[in-house]
Amino acid sequence: MTLPGDPKLRARLGIVLIGIALAVLPFVVGANFGNSWVRIIDFALLYIMLALGLNIVVGFAGLLDLGYIAFYAVGAYLYALLSSPHLAIAFPAVFASAPAWSVWLVLPLGALVAGLFGVLLGTPTLKLRGDYLAIVTLGFGEIIRIFLNNLNAPLNLTNGPQGINNIQSAQIAGQSLGRSFELFGLQIPSVTAHYYFFLALTLAVIFICVRLQDSRLGRAWVAIREDELAARACGINTRNVKLLAFGLGATFGGVAGGLFAGFQGFVSPESFGLLESIMVLCMVVLGGMGNIAGVILGALLLALLPEVLRWGAAPVQQWLFGKVLVDPESLRLLLFGVALVLVMRWRPAGLWPSALRKRELAAHAEAT
Amino acid sequence: MSDPVGTIVQDAVLLSASGVSKRFGGVQALRDVSLTIRRGEVYGLIGPNGAGKTSFFNVLTGLYSPDEGRVTFDGHDLPPGVPHRIAGAGIARTFQNIRLFGAMSALENVMVGRHIRLRTGVIGAILRTPAARVEEAATEARAHELLRYVGIDQLANQQATHLSYGDQRRLEIARALASDPKLLALDEPAAGMNATETAGLRTLIEKLRGDGLTVLLIEHDVKLVMGLCDRVAVLDYGEKIAEDVPDVVRRHPRVITAYLGRQSDPEAA
Repeated sequence: MTLPGDPKLRARLGIVLIGIALAVLPFVVGANFGNSWVRIIDFALLYIMLALGLNIVVGFAGLLDLGYIAFYAVGAYLYALLSSPHLAIAFPAVFASAPAWSVWLVLPLGALVAGLFGVLLGTPTLKLRGDYLAIVTLGFGEIIRIFLNNLNAPLNLTNGPQGINNIQSAQIAGQSLGRSFELFGLQIPSVTAHYYFFLALTLAVIFICVRLQDSRLGRAWVAIREDELAARACGINTRNVKLLAFGLGATFGGVAGGLFAGFQGFVSPESFGLLESIMVLCMVVLGGMGNIAGVILGALLLALLPEVLRWGAAPVQQWLFGKVLVDPESLRLLLFGVALVLVMRWRPAGLWPSALRKRELAAHAEAT
Repeated sequence: MSDPVGTIVQDAVLLSASGVSKRFGGVQALRDVSLTIRRGEVYGLIGPNGAGKTSFFNVLTGLYSPDEGRVTFDGHDLPPGVPHRIAGAGIARTFQNIRLFGAMSALENVMVGRHIRLRTGVIGAILRTPAARVEEAATEARAHELLRYVGIDQLANQQATHLSYGDQRRLEIARALASDPKLLALDEPAAGMNATETAGLRTLIEKLRGDGLTVLLIEHDVKLVMGLCDRVAVLDYGEKIAEDVPDVVRRHPRVITAYLGRQSDPEAA
């Protein structure tokens, strides 16, 4: 078999093949491994969105953000408040019935509010870089989580550590994604419907990232990362451009948060701890900072690998030693840590670094 | 020559600094410095180490705000301490220790230099509107043109840090030119250059003057400054001690003192 020689044609063929693979993926996985694996893939898509959002801040603009998960939390809680009976129960005087907003209204609103929080975080940190910025953003992330944990008194806004439940699933064209339904004679489980919904939004996020990267703004972000002083002398309004990076990155986090809330049907502060922020940062760094394809790879690996390890650890031990020596749950974290160390040792620019980043690190190695 | 004499004189001055002072803690970096740069000239700013040349430069380009004094450029007061607006007003600069965007290609460096003249925002970039496309194509074409102008277009796709020292200097000048400046400010462009590279730089600056650009040149290489500049100002301990054509400045007693020290007995020399 010979491939068509024209690279354009080949690229198109590749896109079609990837498209078909993505389209049938949930059915293949669901039939062979069960719907719990489709659910895991759904979460991986959410992580891709998060990682791409954080990549704008960390990868492009070079601003180390350790509190990114706060924007995910903001999006998730906004969705939860506007799609659950919580407000009606907590404030019966104000809300006669449970708000039931359309997902097409709640998601953009969540994006907007998260974006505003991004700018809110960005404003006081404009002059900070590196370690100092990391500390402030870390604090910001914790503040949001602690607020969510404690805002059940005097007004019960977030229901505190118990979280908000009974969140409505997204409804698209009158069909709730929370139940399985029949379409063209095919039985579509809830996780599969969510898969297509998340996939569409992930593709939109990827599209936006690619377009921004190859633009005046993308260049300005990288210029700030490379040399902020020179960027200012070149006429870049570093304040606005940085705030834009924070705001846009947070926007993606807000969208992913809303999707998470609708998918889970339940949110609590526990889901938005520092470890989650670090996990998303690891996806960006491990995959290849600043390279969109690398970040997607990093998110997929870090979202799927722990599940694979959890699933495979017990049978492998059984086969090797005849009994399960180490609890798969703790082994999972151990192997995860080892994998991180190995990647950072052998591929410091990430698994799939951007061409530029690779050159930069090589130049740095030459210099030292 | 129908222009009234008054407007010609008015127009002849591109930049005028008056009474600029800057203090860092106990160090008076600039003391009441006033100078004027005329359109189309190459203006040299020299002085011994620590005389305040780079401080003045940084005030001019907005990296520092002056404690006192103001700078008028092209008929308007420059906003002190706002680099991007000063770049927008038409002053572009290079740095003494080259500051390129290392991870970017030479071409991208120049394209960043054009940032202030571009209008594409978030929406335009995402939707890739016809206006954004046209602007992007024009930016790339202009960047190639500028790289050709400074003589390194064949290196357009090389990473900036992989260029030779002299070419990095040229790239920095191309990046500065990308903002369509009225005044190009060069901070010790010949520092660290060998004789051939310095000669090439001199040719380039002469070409810029020939094309009508005003150049402010800070330099240690006195030979280069004296041979190239139309007028020269000398700073010493933050004060301007002379400002004139090179031949007069060269013989100015305070300049000789500043550079060589005071002679105990002038006749003995």
